[in-house]
Amino acid sequence: MGALFIRELRLSVRIGGGALMGVLFFLIVVTVFPFAVGPDLNLLGRLGPAILWIGALLATLLGLDRLFQADQEDGSLDLLLLGDHPLELMVLVKCAAQWIATGLPLVLATPLLSLFLNLEPVGIAAVTATLLVGTPALTLIGAIGAALTVILRRGGLLLSILILPLTIPILIFGVSASVGAVTDPAPFDTPFYILCALSLMSLVVGPIAAAAALRGAQE
Amino acid sequence: MTDTQKKSFSIWDLANPTRFLSILDKIMTPLVILTVVAFAAGLYLTFFYAPDDYQQGATVKIMFIHVPAAWLAMFAYMVMTIGSLGTLIWKHPLADVSAKAAGPLGAAFTFVSLVTGSLWGKPMWGTWWVWDARLTSMLVLLIIYLGLMALWRTIDDPIRAGKAAAILTLVGFINIPIIKFSVDWWSTLHQPASVLTLDGPKIHASILIPLLVMAFAFTLLFTALHFKAMKNEILRRRIRTMQMQAARSVASGNGAVAASRATPSGQKPATTH
Repeated sequence: MGALFIRELRLSVRIGGGALMGVLFFLIVVTVFPFAVGPDLNLLGRLGPAILWIGALLATLLGLDRLFQADQEDGSLDLLLLGDHPLELMVLVKCAAQWIATGLPLVLATPLLSLFLNLEPVGIAAVTATLLVGTPALTLIGAIGAALTVILRRGGLLLSILILPLTIPILIFGVSASVGAVTDPAPFDTPFYILCALSLMSLVVGPIAAAAALRGAQE
Repeated sequence: MTDTQKKSFSIWDLANPTRFLSILDKIMTPLVILTVVAFAAGLYLTFFYAPDDYQQGATVKIMFIHVPAAWLAMFAYMVMTIGSLGTLIWKHPLADVSAKAAGPLGAAFTFVSLVTGSLWGKPMWGTWWVWDARLTSMLVLLIIYLGLMALWRTIDDPIRAGKAAAILTLVGFINIPIIKFSVDWWSTLHQPASVLTLDGPKIHASILIPLLVMAFAFTLLFTALHFKAMKNEILRRRIRTMQMQAARSVASGNGAVAASRATPSGQKPATTH
């Protein structure tokens, strides 16, 4: 189990720029927004959490299609299926490695990128906290899509179509929590707890559904 | 494998879809007639029995299309969910056919309810679209339907596609309670539930009765179209299996003899793959 974790981590860091690729994409999305909405710092401050969340969501989707497909191509997925450990646990380990390689760098880059968007310190902390809680959920839900499209040669686009509707609740509560931390009447706690609940739920649903999809695809 | 073995095997395996198709052929005509009658009654009640609203005037009649379409949009998803459970748990041969047939219908009903809703919203709320909880969750439902249809179409093998779609259907089911209770949880522009509530319907009988008749007619329409789509899907799969069987016998080198025999034996794997 530990060996799988380390292997996954190594692979995802080394393949094609690995973690840096996601962060670079995140940076580009955040850079493009001011060009689209104009360089008004007040407006950017208000849109900031939303921009950061959309950037993180898209950056998470970026590497997901490789999550199971590379293993499917070189046959190591069959070994995982035949192994002694439950497949659900394997999926969870792979997701954990994937998140550390792609999600965590995004969270770490968030405070820096927030400065570009003129966020206040409280807002920066809130966005970082919500992304820390929310990105694992994005990875876990994405794993379902990755498992469903594993037998398709170019599943990346379909993956995004299938997964994005399911991530909308996470996006809504993530953004409303970060906005709630800055603006006064809106609360931070309530949407933040709902976001935590959504993440915990996807921790259960994601591996089970993804493992079921992988089994279905191999028959 | 001897001929007799093949024969008994194919009969046992095909029994279910074949019997299903023959039942369908019997009930189809009465069902269509009943649907037409129900629609005639529903539309008559809508236009001549239900009163105009004192504020909204005749535009309130949109409701008799809008509300049943929205109900059916969710009902179709329930059918898909039950079909998905049937695929994954009981491995019933018709479950994924049913789930697949319900997808486009559900998407169509969702689309109708969104379009009629925005036609109604323009004069009443002054806008075609608001990002209100109910509208947004319906839009998400439409996207989920379209994604499921895309998934069905991208995977060649119907059994694999059925399993993949079933898993996604079950995961996407979370949206249905969100749609149902969105108007109670977030009190935004859309009006709260008024027919299916714990205290009974909150609207007057002169509107409730036409609405329920229309809902009944829509349900019949859905049932008729669903059965028709299931029949088409079963036939489509048979053709696919026959083609594959024919291709296989040609490829195996037996040439013309095998190809000519492909049709009768081709029925065998229609449900075995």
